[in-house]
Amino acid sequence: MRAVCWQGKRQIEVRNVPDPEILNPRDAVIRVTRTAICGSDLHLYQGRIPTMRRGDVLGHEFMGEVIEVGAEAKHALSVGERIVVPFNIACGGCFFCEHELFSLCDNSNPNADMVEALYGDCPSGLFGYSHLFGGYAGGQAEYVRIPFADVGHLKVPDELDDEQALFLSDIFPTGFMAAEQAGISPGDTVAVWGCGPVGQFVIWSAYKLGAAKVIAIDRIGERLQMARERGGAETINYEATSVYDELREKTAGRGPDVCIDAVGGEAHGHSVDAWYDYAKEKLMLETDRAHVLRQILHCCRKGGRVSIPGVYGGFIDKFPLGMAFGKGLQFTMGQTHTHRYMKRLLQFVVDHEVDPSFVITHRLPLEEAPEAYRLFNDKKDDCIKVVLEP
Amino acid sequence: MEEQAKKIAASGKNPPSRGSFGRRHQPTGSQGQNVAQIEQWSSLALGGLLAFRGLRKGSLLSLAVGAGLLYRGTTGSCPLYERFGIDTRRESFGTGGRGHHASKSIHINRPPEQLYAFWRNLENLPRVMSHIESVTSLDDKRSLWVARVPFADTIEWEAEVTTERPNELIAWRSRPGSELDCEGAVRFRSPAFGEGTEVFVSMSYLPPGGTIAAKVLKMFRSGLQQQLQEDLRGFKQLMEAGERPRSDPEQSMQVLQ
Ligand SMILES: NC(=O)c1ccc[n+]([C@@H]2O[C@H](COP(=O)([O-])OP(=O)(O)OC[C@H]3O[C@@H](n4cnc5c(N)ncnc54)[C@H](O)[C@@H]3O)[C@@H](O)[C@H]2O)c1
Ligand SMILES: [Zn+2]
Ligand SMILES: [Zn+2]
Repeated sequence: MRAVCWQGKRQIEVRNVPDPEILNPRDAVIRVTRTAICGSDLHLYQGRIPTMRRGDVLGHEFMGEVIEVGAEAKHALSVGERIVVPFNIACGGCFFCEHELFSLCDNSNPNADMVEALYGDCPSGLFGYSHLFGGYAGGQAEYVRIPFADVGHLKVPDELDDEQALFLSDIFPTGFMAAEQAGISPGDTVAVWGCGPVGQFVIWSAYKLGAAKVIAIDRIGERLQMARERGGAETINYEATSVYDELREKTAGRGPDVCIDAVGGEAHGHSVDAWYDYAKEKLMLETDRAHVLRQILHCCRKGGRVSIPGVYGGFIDKFPLGMAFGKGLQFTMGQTHTHRYMKRLLQFVVDHEVDPSFVITHRLPLEEAPEAYRLFNDKKDDCIKVVLEP
Repeated sequence: MEEQAKKIAASGKNPPSRGSFGRRHQPTGSQGQNVAQIEQWSSLALGGLLAFRGLRKGSLLSLAVGAGLLYRGTTGSCPLYERFGIDTRRESFGTGGRGHHASKSIHINRPPEQLYAFWRNLENLPRVMSHIESVTSLDDKRSLWVARVPFADTIEWEAEVTTERPNELIAWRSRPGSELDCEGAVRFRSPAFGEGTEVFVSMSYLPPGGTIAAKVLKMFRSGLQQQLQEDLRGFKQLMEAGERPRSDPEQSMQVLQ
């Protein structure tokens, strides 16, 4: 089959690789009909995630048609069904899965000892996301094997087309969980850093959960425009003005009740601390650039809540914990427990409350994946979200 | 914690950063505190880079490279474990100063009855114990064990169940005169609160003299404790998920980056 392969830093190739097969009784194999590139794939693209190997198949946002089902998944799934697959792989039977903490599943990473050595614990396996997270082939391909497919799928109703369902695999649940975990209550002012696809779904979700006002921060014109026009947010261009001053201005001096980091460890910036991060990163002394996180601590109101869907992988420096402590802030973070949200969010789509395909700006054939990665990474051609068609 | 402190003390590696950091940025007087603090803040940004270098360099290389190294399958020594002062090869040369001992516990989200039933059928154990090739029951108590040792050899011995308390405990040991002298026990306990079962396993191997001893020693030098941990993880996966997760094979054929 044809598959999008990681060949090194900023090197993507579409190659012939062996077709996937059922390896375990709870596996299924699907023929991929739509797949997307996620902001998280850019961390791989930029070579920031260790244990990638030349030839690894990328992709964790995908959907398709079931073509083969393992013996122990047959009770839940049949050939021919159209499903969308959560990006985390979860067993459904461990303590964490039973508590709906699917991204923390104990039993889905075959290389658990590696992560344990780094983190002291092992989160769930992930599709197409390095050997540290399981060495699973991803879904930017013609076919993909789904481990624990009996719990790891959502059936797509006929009335929805692929593009309306695709983002239930990751970014829609990610935006929603980020807002929900922050405990948004009616009347809150919510500030969102990053107007990428995740940020766009954070904005929608924050309003859904009762926010009175959402303020979105980015520097890219078309993304800010989407936040305003599709999301109904007020926006701040962080390159044009002081984010702190603007946020205080917009909240009568108090600061936002909830601050959400939908950027992660690759924040851009021009302040002293941002250059410090760039320098240390170049010297391999720091793995994540925490500029946005520091700004959030500074801007959030006292006693406010900080939610971090943006990915951090390793170490950050100069984290002003004293500031967070002094302001009595609360923190929530982590990979999305996608399985927990898929059904619930599907209902919003079926009820026409949202059509998640609004974030799509580019549709390309799978063969053009190298170009698609370049566009999305470099934010060229007004690119916000790319969907690939195998 | 204590063990870690001792280890650091023994290696003569005081956390270097903390010491030098403290001296470097000590405010010199109470006058001009604010200035001193602002200075301190910005020197953190510059000088901190040097002050933290030793520590950070180590841990970051561990992150970027260590993960790769780990992946290559060096089970015996790991830079991160060493950094954190965790000795994974904690076989106490316990009983009589020779032999290897390991013990480990794990929480499994299944009732004791199910776990006990799996384990009591000793023929199941090769599915979770990676160095055991087969176990054949000879009668209700006795069984024949075959283990893999390095260089494609196998070694076998006869064991008998010495104690069993349904849903609580199984203990076994090799029969007198076996090539390999070993014993093991597994306990199952319901936690005081919550569901599932706490599983405790301990195993001891007392190799005799001669060439077999040398081979068995090799086999366990890679870390009996760590192997036991991986085996118990496999047991948990089988019990909770019904299968052990597997990476996609075509992903492991290329060169590590
Ligand atoms: N927690 C999860 O499970 C999960 C799931 C999906 C994605 N993510 C993460 O969410 C983050 C966003 O994903 P995405 O797909 O939207 O990526 P993206 O790269 O398209 O969006 C990131 C946006 O942040 C903006 N940005 C950069 N620096 C900024 C700054 N200083 N202030 C404000 N905005 C800034 C960029 O201009 C960009 O628009 C990534 O880190 C991704 O890995 C996490
Ligand atoms: Zn993603
Ligand atoms: Zn699980």
